[in-house]
Amino acid sequence: MPEESVLLDVEALPRLVGELRERGYTVIGPTVRDGAIMLAELESAADLPYGWGVETEAGRYRLRRRADNAAFAHSAGPQSVKDILHPPRARLWSADRATGSVTAGPDEPPRYAILGARPCDLAALGVLDRVFTGGAHTEPIYTARRDGAFIVAVECTEPGATCFCTSMGGGPDARDGYDLAMTELAGEHDDRFLIRAGSPAGAEVLAALPTRPAGTEVIGEARAAVARAAGAMTRSMPDEPLPDLLAAARESPHWTDVAARCLTCGNCTMVCPTCFCTTTEDVTDLTGEHAERWRRWDSCFDLDFSYLHGGSVRTSGESRYRQWISHKLGTWHDQFGSSGCVGCGRCIAWCPAGIDITAEAAALSAWRASEEEPC
Amino acid sequence: MTSAMPTLAVWKFASCDGCQLSLLDCEDELLAVAGRVRVAHFLEASRAVLPGPYDVSLVEGSITTPDDAERIRRVREVSRTLVTIGACATAGGIQALRDNADVAEFASVVYAHPEYIATLATSTPIAAHVDVDYELHGCPVDRRQLLEVLGALLIGRKPNIPAHSVCFECKQRHNVCVVVAHGTPCLGPVTRAGCGALCPAVSRGCYGCFGPAETPNYAALESVPGSVFLEVTRRKEQS
Repeated sequence: MPEESVLLDVEALPRLVGELRERGYTVIGPTVRDGAIMLAELESAADLPYGWGVETEAGRYRLRRRADNAAFAHSAGPQSVKDILHPPRARLWSADRATGSVTAGPDEPPRYAILGARPCDLAALGVLDRVFTGGAHTEPIYTARRDGAFIVAVECTEPGATCFCTSMGGGPDARDGYDLAMTELAGEHDDRFLIRAGSPAGAEVLAALPTRPAGTEVIGEARAAVARAAGAMTRSMPDEPLPDLLAAARESPHWTDVAARCLTCGNCTMVCPTCFCTTTEDVTDLTGEHAERWRRWDSCFDLDFSYLHGGSVRTSGESRYRQWISHKLGTWHDQFGSSGCVGCGRCIAWCPAGIDITAEAAALSAWRASEEEPC
Repeated sequence: MTSAMPTLAVWKFASCDGCQLSLLDCEDELLAVAGRVRVAHFLEASRAVLPGPYDVSLVEGSITTPDDAERIRRVREVSRTLVTIGACATAGGIQALRDNADVAEFASVVYAHPEYIATLATSTPIAAHVDVDYELHGCPVDRRQLLEVLGALLIGRKPNIPAHSVCFECKQRHNVCVVVAHGTPCLGPVTRAGCGALCPAVSRGCYGCFGPAETPNYAALESVPGSVFLEVTRRKEQS
């Protein structure tokens, strides 16, 4: 671990939220709303989902009461850090006829502190950083939000049934990309956090909190809990180079099988913490005096997404699912130098039809193996 | 000045008047609309009728009588841009239930003197009779979409009328999915967006009033937990 870990009692969580708010951050964290863990601004630590757990399966997500009062022992909801830093809608510019003025960009974003980001969220942030800031032209809306952001990661001690981060090269432990990282040690009678800083900004906040030294025993306990989480994951991707698999599977009959189940509703792309595609819309008022151009999330499952002059290129469900998974697991490597998948499992849980990206990849792998068998 | 304003006409066919009412419901924007178009024919709003041709015609309702089948042709002839509004005008509406039934039998039950009733055997959308420039779906249409189309036509740009699923709107307004998180049957994944995901926003399943999305996969809905389609299939198998 890069910095020394210290102990923070659950009673001190309000201090953490308070310190961040005092520093001018808009603190975003998990809350319970409408039967799911949803991200919202935290007025105080009292808004956190104490005592709530989550059961996930393909196409299913249910909150459940826990025996303990843990604040972060739940699987992520449909949202991710993407929802905050790459918002669903953003104004690109506005123009007024009367003054002839054009104003570029959205309003100045608040400085966000994101409390409770998971290690898979950190991995997703790394992916989005490469997408939006890695090339010759940085994307201004993401960059403006990202540059000022403060990330408090919480390591996972209980993976959801749909998680598979370890097989995507990640893990339930926070490795880098955070300002503060915490491991929650929730017992029936007490709730404590092992906390460490990962940046100078994090160290400064940590110094303002009422922490006490952690013994080697507690640190060992926390490490063991995170290690157990890594071992508890039941889903995984095929153990082979996925770009090769997807390239070899272009003509697989399995696409027809997926398409029979796929609703092409676009949910998987919108809950994916790395799917970043957008489109633009022009908006005018009735007087014609004021015009705005807005950017909104788009999806490769939308027919219009591949619309070129004369029509859409990917009209079938087969071609759209193949595009999504081939980019995510395959050509993303060529484009951005890593996989687009971090193994968070959101696309599995939040697909209304319960389509499982790990099962589809496994089916493609089995098909490929059967094709390569000597006759 | 006033004479240069584009003219707007609103026409009613077989319908409940709810979609025309959506225009009058644009309370905050109504004066802005009235300031930009001359309302030339809108019987629900005014008895004053100006002669055509009209720049924009909004057409509500489906075609259910021989007279209406003729009247829609005349409306088309006097309309530069024709926009159909609502489920009746775009899909035939609830009255299209007659399409697979015996209309004469219905008439005999409903009317004291069915011999006075001149009606067609079917209820068909406007596009089945004349060319339609834009279609606005929904029962009723969405006020925001109606203003979007009017605003776009006034300024001469393409209106934003997406044909993808309601799920797009649900996720973008951060609704919790009622299928996945509650097990509530919901037609959102196969239904056209445009309402702003109204029903799921109050934790109710979409009942599909905007009609099918661009490429609906109804069969796949059977694999959705709590699917109404699954229930329909089960009942069919039982009976």
